[in-house]
Amino acid sequence: MAINLTVNGRSSTVDAPGDTPLLWVIRDVLNLHGTKYGCGIGQCGACTVHLNGQPVRSCLTPLSKAASAHITTIEGLSPNGSHPLQIAWRDIDVPQCGYCQAGQIMSAAALLVEHPRPTDQEIDTAMNGNLCRCGTYLRIREAIHKAAAMHASNGSEKGGL
Amino acid sequence: MRVTRRCFLRVTALSGGGMLLGAYIEPKVSAQPQAAPPLEPTSFVKIAPDGTVTLISRNPEIGQGVKTMLPMLIAEELEVDWTSVRVEQANFDAKYGLQTTGGSRAASNNWLPMQQVGAVGREMLIAAAAKTWGVPASECYAAHGRVYHRLTDRSMGYGQLATTAATLPIPDMKSVRLKQPSEYKIIGQSQAGVDIHDIVSGKPIFGIDFTTPGMLYAVYEKCPVYGGKVMSANLDEVKKMPGVRHAFVVESPLNVGPVMEGDPGLEPGIAIVADTWWQAQSARQKLNVKWDEGPGADQSSTGFAQRAEQLSKQPPNHTLKNDGDVEAAIKSSAKMVEAAYSYPFISHAPLEPRNCSAHFRDGKLQIWSTTQQPARGRALVSKILGIPEGDISINLLRAGGSFGRGLTNDYMVEVSAIAKQIGVPVKLVWSREDDMTHDYYRPGGFHFLRAGLDSSGKAVAWSNHFVTFGDGDHYSPSASIAPGEFPAGFIPNYSLNTSLMPLRLKTGALRAPGANAISFVMQSFVDELANAAGKDPLEFRLELLGEPGHQIVNEAAKPKVENEPAPTRNASRPQAYDVARMRGVLQLVAEKSGWGKRQLPKGTGMGVAFHYSFQGYFAHVAEVSVTANQALKVNKFWACGDVGSQIVNPSGAQAQVQGAIIDGLSELMHQEITLEQGRVVQKNYNQHMLLRLTQAPQIEVHFLKTENAPTGLGEPALPPVIPAVCNAIFAATGQRIRTLPLANSGYSWA
Repeated sequence: MAINLTVNGRSSTVDAPGDTPLLWVIRDVLNLHGTKYGCGIGQCGACTVHLNGQPVRSCLTPLSKAASAHITTIEGLSPNGSHPLQIAWRDIDVPQCGYCQAGQIMSAAALLVEHPRPTDQEIDTAMNGNLCRCGTYLRIREAIHKAAAMHASNGSEKGGL
Repeated sequence: MRVTRRCFLRVTALSGGGMLLGAYIEPKVSAQPQAAPPLEPTSFVKIAPDGTVTLISRNPEIGQGVKTMLPMLIAEELEVDWTSVRVEQANFDAKYGLQTTGGSRAASNNWLPMQQVGAVGREMLIAAAAKTWGVPASECYAAHGRVYHRLTDRSMGYGQLATTAATLPIPDMKSVRLKQPSEYKIIGQSQAGVDIHDIVSGKPIFGIDFTTPGMLYAVYEKCPVYGGKVMSANLDEVKKMPGVRHAFVVESPLNVGPVMEGDPGLEPGIAIVADTWWQAQSARQKLNVKWDEGPGADQSSTGFAQRAEQLSKQPPNHTLKNDGDVEAAIKSSAKMVEAAYSYPFISHAPLEPRNCSAHFRDGKLQIWSTTQQPARGRALVSKILGIPEGDISINLLRAGGSFGRGLTNDYMVEVSAIAKQIGVPVKLVWSREDDMTHDYYRPGGFHFLRAGLDSSGKAVAWSNHFVTFGDGDHYSPSASIAPGEFPAGFIPNYSLNTSLMPLRLKTGALRAPGANAISFVMQSFVDELANAAGKDPLEFRLELLGEPGHQIVNEAAKPKVENEPAPTRNASRPQAYDVARMRGVLQLVAEKSGWGKRQLPKGTGMGVAFHYSFQGYFAHVAEVSVTANQALKVNKFWACGDVGSQIVNPSGAQAQVQGAIIDGLSELMHQEITLEQGRVVQKNYNQHMLLRLTQAPQIEVHFLKTENAPTGLGEPALPPVIPAVCNAIFAATGQRIRTLPLANSGYSWA
């Protein structure tokens, strides 16, 4: 079954069953490996991508649901790693193993669109679905605040995306 | 440099021009895979004509930050600016010497050698400049990637000097001058991880991201009971599924005895190979296998608990230590304290599931892996598949967490067996369910403790009957205990006994193996004694430790035989217990946490615990609040550690300790692997939960620098986390926690 989808601004036609999880299309068909497989049941958030701007777990999103949708993965978040979150993540040295961090950043990016200066409670709500096995949570929280402040001081209206 | 083989100086054009500063050593076919060869110091530095310096990190990177820390040590002595260097992961190659990640050994094993590697390069570059200028090397010095002549204004960049340097004799590593700490420019300065840009921009750097043209994807179905064999399977049906290229049974003569070896090898199973992983995994849903489950199928966690209870009432199998006369001392003590502690099996559960890629062609096998022990992996693959070690090469890829899981190489053997069969590149990816149900689990255990206090409240007797897993003289991997484990040597009448239960399940080293469970038991029971003595828990501990000059040197020997792969086997075992260092961190954490000086509301309490493991001394204090319905919140956590005189990368060091605390809290509340009919019950993160962001406490980390050689940080901060919180729960509620996880006693996170 041929399905059209737009990933990071590029449209593709994928020939796969409609119930194939979007995650595996992104990884093994489109060869974008930044989006990670962690659990396959929506528990860990490592596979988080944006579907029409909303954060979704791509392991639970069937390909059919992504048809004609605009999908953004970590590779498409910014042209060269220049999103305020990516800069803050580097400044604060957030990752340990780094495996969950693409999902963390995608969840955080959606949060910043919704709440450009999020409170701790808003961060809790947005980020609690993303597991970090290495335990980088304190730095994740700090980096989100830093990115928000950076964004505010830049006066950019582009938001978290 | 030890030149034991023919040494060719190699001046190789790098792509885009440039030179490799390095010696090429004729490969030697080794029949001794376990003995690490001496490293070749010039293999770690590459210099391009524009002066770009590339440093090689030899150890597997699993998130512990070694790929940043080791090159920092080289860069310090090489006299290059950290911001200008590039770092590459080494492949598995004899010229790099020991390439293993485990036992928190990276700092202690590399502290001097990596500085020496940098210093060798610096001296060769200085010699090259001196030769070029016709001046004595003693008139030259190196700084910021250049060599300067003191007496004139001349200087040359490393890029200009590399070609000449590569033709010069290599100085003896052991005799090169190393800096004084006051001269450090890089060591001790926080540096972000070298892969951070790739991580935040989603570059394919992890094991699971590997691809190569023509690659197929594999899944591997194993019996739900460890080691079960395939009787029959509907392979013809599976082969008809979309995208499936191969489906076949992999046979293996695995012997599932009453005690397993550390890395027993290939489990029998069924390989399904398809064009994509999802096709292989989907085809697997149609698989119908009849298994011969073997002797492990009657095992259960409740059965183990019942058996442990029975064994606790019988004379122990082994006496590991027997100081004084414990029974007489308990009998004559003013107060006797008795308690039984237990903890469950748990899974490593790194977020990246096990995976490995391999290509077998023309008798040679190439592997791409996140293993922590490539040498053992290669030896195992060679032994099981009959491929000479010289025909196996291993590329090391970044691991998405490991925590000890990568010490064993079962997944590497599986993909190698599949690759050998199909002859094209193949990537094996385990599902999360595969990962959780086929782990090398941290073994559970049961401790039956009695102790006696004299009339002054001093501990005079301590008896521990540890019921654990193994058979005869052999302990299951990571299921043993060292005779010298604390508080041996600190209490005059002391006995440590063990009884063993057979276990047909893989167990292995989880972050801080041994210590991660034992600390909970010892530091909780010490707390019980403090309470029985009516003393402050921290003061009681200082009294127990005794005077600072006291150094307990216990036998380093492991108890009997533990079937565990190096290097963790004895890494946690107390060898010399430096009381002054433990007192130091304990006093520091008391000061930082305001121990005994703060008024706490009802339902809030503070707990303390310490532990020495993996050469590191750590003392923690937790402050917790517990509601009437057992909702637990860790308000704040203070961690103090002594890992020697230098913290190479403070950012990485802080991260390791923060991570250890989060890890400990995950283990504390929810983590448990149970067996029913020989099968692992928990299959995914919804049943073996990790701590989430909202549950993470405030954390303060402090390092006490002492005049001791720098040692590692991946593990030693973990063990005292759980008892610090459990002791805080006791302080807050009066309820003593003697079994894990907490959720089984009605607790939840607030």
